[in-house]
Amino acid sequence: MVEDRPFLNFLAHLVLVIGVLIVAFPVYIAVIASTHGPDDFLSGMIPLLPGDRGLDAYRAMLTTGLSTSGAPPLGGMMLNSLIMALGVAFGKIAISILSAFAIVYFRFPLRTLAFWMIFITLMLPVEVRIFPTYKVVADLGMLNSYPGLIVPLIASATATFLFRQVFLTIPDELVEAARIDGAGPMKFFRDILVPLSRTNMAALFVILFIYGWNQYLWPLLITTDSKYYTIVTGIKRMADVADSVPQWNYVMAAVVLAMLPPVIVVVGMQKLFVKGLVDAEK
Amino acid sequence: MAGIVLEGVGKSYDGKTLAVQGINLTVADGEFVVLVGPSGCGKSTLLRMVAGLETISEGTVSIGDRVVNKVEPADRDIAMVFQNYALYPHMSVRQNLAYGLKNRKMDRAEIARRVDEAAKILEIGEYLDRKPRALSGGQRQRVAMGRAIVRDPAAFLFDEPLSNLDAKLRVTMRGEIRLLQKRLGTTSLYVTHDQVEAMTLADRLVVLNGGRVEQIGAPMDVYKRPASAFVAAFIGSPAMNLLPAVLSGGTVQFGGGRVAVGDGLPDGRITLGIRPEDLRPAAADEDGAFEMPVAYIEELGSQRLVHGSIEGEDVVCAVPAERPVGESLHLTADPALLHVFDAQSGARLN
Ligand SMILES: Nc1ncnc2c1ncn2[C@@H]1O[C@H](COP(=O)(O)OP(=O)(O)OP(=O)(O)O)[C@@H](O)[C@H]1O
Ligand SMILES: [Mg+2]
Repeated sequence: MVEDRPFLNFLAHLVLVIGVLIVAFPVYIAVIASTHGPDDFLSGMIPLLPGDRGLDAYRAMLTTGLSTSGAPPLGGMMLNSLIMALGVAFGKIAISILSAFAIVYFRFPLRTLAFWMIFITLMLPVEVRIFPTYKVVADLGMLNSYPGLIVPLIASATATFLFRQVFLTIPDELVEAARIDGAGPMKFFRDILVPLSRTNMAALFVILFIYGWNQYLWPLLITTDSKYYTIVTGIKRMADVADSVPQWNYVMAAVVLAMLPPVIVVVGMQKLFVKGLVDAEK
Repeated sequence: MAGIVLEGVGKSYDGKTLAVQGINLTVADGEFVVLVGPSGCGKSTLLRMVAGLETISEGTVSIGDRVVNKVEPADRDIAMVFQNYALYPHMSVRQNLAYGLKNRKMDRAEIARRVDEAAKILEIGEYLDRKPRALSGGQRQRVAMGRAIVRDPAAFLFDEPLSNLDAKLRVTMRGEIRLLQKRLGTTSLYVTHDQVEAMTLADRLVVLNGGRVEQIGAPMDVYKRPASAFVAAFIGSPAMNLLPAVLSGGTVQFGGGRVAVGDGLPDGRITLGIRPEDLRPAAADEDGAFEMPVAYIEELGSQRLVHGSIEGEDVVCAVPAERPVGESLHLTADPALLHVFDAQSGARLN
């Protein structure tokens, strides 16, 4: 695309700008709404210009919470979400890189079967198997606990598959050279495979962190103790009050705060993320 | 230091057919042996069995005085240089060289000493802190050699280490490998499909064909007395002319002339081998001279290769550079320089 055609340029930019607007507008609304007082929404109209409350709603959400909606201060919920997202991301990466390692580098009986069984679970996301999973977690006494939030989400066919593809691009000679250099399987894994998949791990981390952070149905189901609420379920509880009007300014403040950690992760790891997706360091 | 002994070695990948069979070979301590043959003849398979990267289906491989059939590659005391170098991309050159030593729990000072020494020998000192991807092909090749040298192994194994280099660099590196091996005196087994490389490097050549040994011998012996028509065609450049002929009473008739092949050979169908440089231009009326119509001429600078055909068979003749060549050439050959092979089996008869 070295051509310089003003009209096509204009068209391309127009499409991009429209796309950005569509994505950014709701975010804008959320930020605006969080600066208004609770009564500004009664008319049913959503204000488009900043209100006069400044950061009051944020202060309230971070310090006292919203007692009328049974929402504790956001700090605790954010921490729960962080623990869950990190747990899911690291857990998934650890488990899937190990299973990919086993599948690619070891000849064991029923290896192909094992691979296909992992592959088939791609078709069984949490939502599909949620009741049996709930039963298992409940029987193990893991309701209202961090392991209960994290462990059932850790197994990942997608990540296993991704690491398998990464490993398959590593030339056989490299494996053989390491064998001759006296690297046993675990040494090979640690010294060669892990460093070579570093960028892929980083890219995966970004995706999985957001996946874990945004989990809704599962935490909603297994947490009944407000100590373990995650931010996403917390927002839902706030918006869902029984006998009064939802306090949209507070809800929106919570929404904006909930968006921040994923944004930080994406921005902070952008370089590695792109590198992990486009080039393999081989 | 140690020799390598292969006894009745065979390899089957699928349990039915043998990719390599019945290999008996003794590589003496400090000797440079080259395995050569066309693609798919089992050179790599054989080398990888010695390295321990493939299981051995039949026979035994010994390194030093020890049978190593069941020994892990790392414990065989060998070092291997791969065609694509197989350097660890995320490690610096220094780490690449040191990795195998570190895994052997060698102490740091000794590792540093060996790495520096290898770097000096191979003149890669400048790049020690670079990653392999920041090196040229030739430099990577040196690093790969370095990784083998630092180990100070009983034997070096090379699998076509030069075939990823351009022609000029290949010649340079070939010389360096030869010098290095002489200097270190390390037993070496070297695989190539390039017969020039094989001839120039080897103390002894092993010519393989279809998984079997065709001939083992010093390069010049193999060149002068190829044991079969296959070896004759494979070794030497330009390749030997191989002509189907009928032998009767010790002479062969063709191209309007005849050649005395020598006594004591049974009459019948043979394959007659004559190297292009052993065909001598002759006067048209010289006794027994045969005629070759000229198709085209290749100029090599030092000599000219005249391509033609005799009775439908392509023939190449090397003549001195200045010699004028007309539409046809009359040729004779010295009986002592002729090679006679069985028409069916290809085995040498004279
Ligand atoms: N892993 C394998 N599985 C099955 N057959 C194999 C395997 N490796 C090699 N072969 C077969 O064994 C035979 C010898 O192969 P090998 O790689 O030793 O040839 P080579 O002489 O090294 O050829 P090249 O010059 O092309 O490298 C070939 O017919 C090949 O198809
Ligand atoms: Mg090969």
